[in-house]
Amino acid sequence: MPEQPETALDAITRDAADHATPADAGTVDFAAVTSGPETARRRRRGLRVGTWVAGAWMVFVIGGAILAPWLPLDDPQNSVTDLARKGPFAKAGTAPGHLLGGDLNGRDMLSRLLWGGRTTLVIATVAVLIGFVIGGLLGLLAGYFRGRTDTILAGLFDVFLSVPAVILALALVTILRTQPSASGRSSAGLDPEVALIIALGIVSIPVLGRITRASTMSWSEREFVVAARAQGARHLRVLFREVLPNVLPAMLSIALLGIAIAIVAEGTLSILGASVQADQPTWGNMIASGRQVIAIAPHVVFEPALMIFFTVLALNFLGDAIRARFDVREGAL
Amino acid sequence: MSEHPAVPLLEVADVATGFETLRGLVRAVDGVSFTLERGRTLGIVGESGSGKTVLSRSIMGLLPHHGVVRRGSIRFEGTEIGHASPKEMRRFWGDAMAMVFQDPMTSLNPVMKIGKQITEAIHTHLDVTRQFGNELALSLLESVRVPDPERRMGEYPHQLSGGLRQRICIAVALACGPQLLLADEPTTALDVTVQAQVLDVLAQQQRERFMAVILVTHDLGVVAGRADDVLVMYAGQVVEKAPTATLFGNMKMPYTEALLRSIPKLSEPSHTRLAAIPGRPPDLVAPPPGCRFAPRCPYAQDKCREEMPPLVAAEAPGHEYRCWFPVGSTPVSIGPSSGGVA
Repeated sequence: MPEQPETALDAITRDAADHATPADAGTVDFAAVTSGPETARRRRRGLRVGTWVAGAWMVFVIGGAILAPWLPLDDPQNSVTDLARKGPFAKAGTAPGHLLGGDLNGRDMLSRLLWGGRTTLVIATVAVLIGFVIGGLLGLLAGYFRGRTDTILAGLFDVFLSVPAVILALALVTILRTQPSASGRSSAGLDPEVALIIALGIVSIPVLGRITRASTMSWSEREFVVAARAQGARHLRVLFREVLPNVLPAMLSIALLGIAIAIVAEGTLSILGASVQADQPTWGNMIASGRQVIAIAPHVVFEPALMIFFTVLALNFLGDAIRARFDVREGAL
Repeated sequence: MSEHPAVPLLEVADVATGFETLRGLVRAVDGVSFTLERGRTLGIVGESGSGKTVLSRSIMGLLPHHGVVRRGSIRFEGTEIGHASPKEMRRFWGDAMAMVFQDPMTSLNPVMKIGKQITEAIHTHLDVTRQFGNELALSLLESVRVPDPERRMGEYPHQLSGGLRQRICIAVALACGPQLLLADEPTTALDVTVQAQVLDVLAQQQRERFMAVILVTHDLGVVAGRADDVLVMYAGQVVEKAPTATLFGNMKMPYTEALLRSIPKLSEPSHTRLAAIPGRPPDLVAPPPGCRFAPRCPYAQDKCREEMPPLVAAEAPGHEYRCWFPVGSTPVSIGPSSGGVA
């Protein structure tokens, strides 16, 4: 129960304050006011180090991705024969002047990592944004209205969740990229990037929808929602002004995890050959193409893999931080 | 309100509300009738599970959508609302009738500032400017005696104590000037000292606004000084109904007597055993055939266990009770279970 966390000491001091001056209403909230912000500060301090490192990493990755066109980098498509398979820990030797070496075609790894991050992050973020908006909306409706709306939407979520995510995404990418024409012959469909975004977006809809639905259900039962309705508020207002702000922290924290999962999914689809064209770098297809030379130039695989690893880790940390940050408010309830 | 001087504000006639469960129909409220005039306070008293909360939610039309069986008529200013859908009820919610809930900890939105919660209620019904809404909210906070209202407007519910929160709930409920306020155990979650303050605020606002109040509580003490009439409920039925003074002066129903007896008194010597009502309320799926209080009643006779007593009028006007052998009358013989209480 949310009322629990008040300590015995708080209760005693508050009681004492009450009995000392029962007529003075101003003293009653004394204990609550002084205890509130202090517990909040204490919890925030405990999270600081991990959260800051995770935040700094994301600033670095996102900053690099945004600034890639203006940074003094080699062209990510430019092959230099001398550079091929050379790097920090490659058997073939090092490449002076190229911090992270070159890939199997002699293209600068650093440049490709930053440009690849650009593509990967855009795909993952936009895909999860689609899931966030559509899944969140459907989850809110299902959790708030219950009844038949819920049966249909929750059933839909379950159907989508019962198909392995990668297989579903693979199927969707394939369908979206080949558009059957009237003559029955397949022709080129959507842009591969757009197809990937839509496919990953559709895959993330039921995940976010389920979480939003569960959270909406528990918040919709709270008395303040009934109270708002008893004040004559319309469903739409109750849903977006009373329920949504309370559900949002849970949605955001899952959305950050969702971006992490989408990054990994993009990598998986790359290896299966369903991502964007190999000459446009993403972290996923850099790993996919580097597999051929993993024995002599492991850095070609490990560098993008580490980017994925640290980014996924950082997003997990930030997701947890959001949840913990808002737990303070729940605890004080 | 002067448009229909003859029509009472609220007429409740033979209202029954049941919930369908796997075990059968739970008759939470079973045939309740009363009338409430403008500016009056009706106290509804009963223990947990006596149906008082379901009754107040039935009046407000705030029952769940599914599995609810309703019967009877509820008329607000002559308009039948007993079977109104939420869509139809929205016309009444807020500006005709409003509700204060039991737990001020959960009846405010934790992520919305106090000021916003009050102005939201205002803007739902009144087409006023933002600034006027803010001023109205401030004066509402002042009228429910919230100290330092400007500062409180910008604070969140978790920064306030329970008593302050309940006062803010009252301010929200009063925002659009309702004619009928339902207070569902408004002080149960509060300290005793704060209880009196909150009830005083309610009473003051009622006088100033000439508003009718239904005060639902399990505490006869809360009702004693503040209600004009009292309705005692047991197992979904009205068991006694009377003007407050009559009820406390001349109660007929053994249940009312037992409730009163179970309030600890300061005048008693220390270590006096607190009189409790033994047993539990009956199962509302299959209530006993006779008087529903009979299994726990110290005066119960065979007739009580076999036949349901009707609600009959006592000598005093407006006083009704549901008992074969009312308190004060001399029954033919005292049953074996009467030992020690009478």
